[in-house]
Amino acid sequence: MTLWWIGDVLLLVVVLPVVVYLLKGVLDAARSIVPSVQRIAAAADAGSKDLDAVPLLLTTQAQVKQTVEVVANYGGSLDTIIDDES
Amino acid sequence: MPAAGVVLIVAVVLIVLALVYYLVSTIVALRQITAGLDEAIAGVGGIIEKSAPVADVVSDINRNLDAGVDLLEGLLVKKAGLEDAMGLVDGLYPGAAAEGLRNFPDSGTVKPPRISEVYTKGTLTLARLGREAPIAAASPNGPVLRNVEGGSLDARSLYPETRQTRPERLPRSPIIGTNAPVQYTPSEQRGGTTPDEAEIREKGPWAETAAEGIVPAELGGSDAPREMLAEDPQLGSPVLGETTGSEEPATERGIDPSGGDEADATSDAGPEPPEEAEPDLKDAAGGPRQVDLDS
Repeated sequence: MTLWWIGDVLLLVVVLPVVVYLLKGVLDAARSIVPSVQRIAAAADAGSKDLDAVPLLLTTQAQVKQTVEVVANYGGSLDTIIDDES
Repeated sequence: MPAAGVVLIVAVVLIVLALVYYLVSTIVALRQITAGLDEAIAGVGGIIEKSAPVADVVSDINRNLDAGVDLLEGLLVKKAGLEDAMGLVDGLYPGAAAEGLRNFPDSGTVKPPRISEVYTKGTLTLARLGREAPIAAASPNGPVLRNVEGGSLDARSLYPETRQTRPERLPRSPIIGTNAPVQYTPSEQRGGTTPDEAEIREKGPWAETAAEGIVPAELGGSDAPREMLAEDPQLGSPVLGETTGSEEPATERGIDPSGGDEADATSDAGPEPPEEAEPDLKDAAGGPRQVDLDS
């Protein structure tokens, strides 16, 4: 009978607190990950929205090409009009 | 049932309840993590997809801009020279000359001249084109060409000090024409200089005739008395012209006679036909001209 009581005390005083402590640690760790993951998801979403302007780079590309062509034409004309440095 | 057995059962039940509570809570948290990761993965996938063409587009833009920079730097240095180009750059963007031009490694060591107010070559060229010079707009005194007096003085100050310093007015160039301060009779000078004794000795007696004029006045030359001339002399001084009476060249550098001395009629004369043009042989088969035979 005494052994039974010893077993009960061990269960209630040692095993149960240890089980609760370990499970609470796991739960706290899992819950602490949630906000981090949510912030990552929000950042990725915002970054994806920021890149919505990427197609405008095609317009920039075309305009830069046109600008350089105009500059080249001006340069050619100036090369003809203005004497070289002697 | 003994009391110890009841306590045992209660302890086991408590342990099971604790396991259920915490494990269920952990499962819920893990599901939230999974949902968040799915959302993050979707966002990252969008980023990857949208940024895929960026590298090529930006590379192309940079390539075009590089070509533009090469063009402008090359043109600037070609037209203004490296030193003036750095002065112009430093005038527009103070301190930029220290960085130098990208395609001209030596440009960083050039001491830029102070061309901050007006750049004479470009300004004058643009002025000839009838435009204002935008390069002078950065002057602290305002656009120079809009202030004609200021622009002229500033441009003048860049040249060696000759006329812009005291005395204000140097003797002017010889005046040609009827209002000239020194008048020469046409028989003395009708082109060229009047040969002096040394020149006559050097060139021979024929040069002496030039001192008297081609037609002396006593024989009715163009400077003969009015009563000896025809009623309507067609060739007067305005037509025949006259010399300045001065050895001073009319231009700053004068005339370079070396070009005439080195001229070669066989190579310098005549028009330059196009490369594809066939030679003109229409007179090749004919005989010599009668004039050439007689001479």
